Amino acid sequence: MSSSTTALPSGRWTDSPARFLHVTRPIVFPCLFIGLTMLTIGLIWGLYFAPADWQQGETVRIMYLHVPMAWLASADYVLLAFCGLLCMVWRHPLAGIIALETGPLGATAAALCLVTGSLWGKPGWGTWWVWDARLTSMLVLFFLYLGHILTIRAFDDPMRGQRAAALLALAGVIDLPIIKFSVQWWNTLHQPDSITLTGAPAMAMSMFHPLLVCTIGFTLTGLALLLIRTRAALLERRAQSLALREPLP
Amino acid sequence: MSVSRPFTRRKAGRFWIILACLLCLGGAVGLVLNALSSTIVFFMAPSQIRTHPPAPTQTIRLGGMVVAGSLHTSHTADNTPEARFDVTDGQAAITVQYRGILPDLFREGQSVVALGHYDEHGFTASEVLAKHDETYMPREVADALQKSGKWDPRFGPPPDAASWNSMTAPQPAPQNRPGAAE
Repeated sequence: MSSSTTALPSGRWTDSPARFLHVTRPIVFPCLFIGLTMLTIGLIWGLYFAPADWQQGETVRIMYLHVPMAWLASADYVLLAFCGLLCMVWRHPLAGIIALETGPLGATAAALCLVTGSLWGKPGWGTWWVWDARLTSMLVLFFLYLGHILTIRAFDDPMRGQRAAALLALAGVIDLPIIKFSVQWWNTLHQPDSITLTGAPAMAMSMFHPLLVCTIGFTLTGLALLLIRTRAALLERRAQSLALREPLP
Repeated sequence: MSVSRPFTRRKAGRFWIILACLLCLGGAVGLVLNALSSTIVFFMAPSQIRTHPPAPTQTIRLGGMVVAGSLHTSHTADNTPEARFDVTDGQAAITVQYRGILPDLFREGQSVVALGHYDEHGFTASEVLAKHDETYMPREVADALQKSGKWDPRFGPPPDAASWNSMTAPQPAPQNRPGAAE
């Protein structure tokens, strides 16, 4: 601890990788611990103790995985686009690396959202997949993530890759409102949102509470994973630059 | 490298260029989606089909609520289940003929989407999907709502979740319950 504080550059904590490493170090473990604890409680609560739905029965429990994944996929994309803006406008040194590490997390969340949705769709609607606006726009988000993952790694010069991927992330931000409002703008097979910011949730509180715990748990766990990945990437770069500085034998 | 001066002229320039590009792209996508909105919709309502009947050969999706009391099920000679029911959007109703297994969530009062074509004999479906609404509730709540007479699932979606408690509230308890003292 003492050795790292002496080498600490001044400025805001977001300004440099060194400060980012220093500031995030005490956050990672509590974030992961609280996240995993809430996740465990929420999933056990939702999968065993929450009531079944009156018409869907036990299949409604897929919700406790499906909804947090849909939320995480969207939230990760907002972060990706924000990093894209920081990267394009301010040439921020951290933004590209955070974007590099966010992509796979968001892609996983989007994929899990699609898979759980499909597993839910068969017993509920009677089909694994339909091309309605909600499902299609979510699939587009998954492909945007895949494109970002490929683009940011496709250049020999990492900065060029980061800028190209930043443009893709910024352009893809248009998909987010389409996903959100698809169930209002067009009639879809997917039902409208049960939980809105303005109104009371359209579900029993005995289902809403575990869902909320699951969502917060997944969010904190995802944030911890992102911090761990970003810190590892920064430390890896530091190790590489130190190795390059060593005199050749 | 520093973020301490957030907007130098070059940074501001890049910011406004990106914002302008995003607005243009957003506008373009919005116009395209608006122009395509008739094909993006997953299904047509009965009143739309009545006012603009599609060609009998065209495969369309019909969506709406199954009218209470309209479901008639039978079996063909080779034991294939057959169903006939009316689908309504509140303004018009169309009778759907379907040969096959209905999804588990299919019932009167449920929203459904049927794929098929519409001609002078009515709507002949080759596939029927159930569409559930955004309300989730335990069986006890559903039973209590039905028992209180405030909701019949055969006539549409359940009432607003915020009103469940008052609707299903038990009768006021007797004042002097034995053993209720602390």
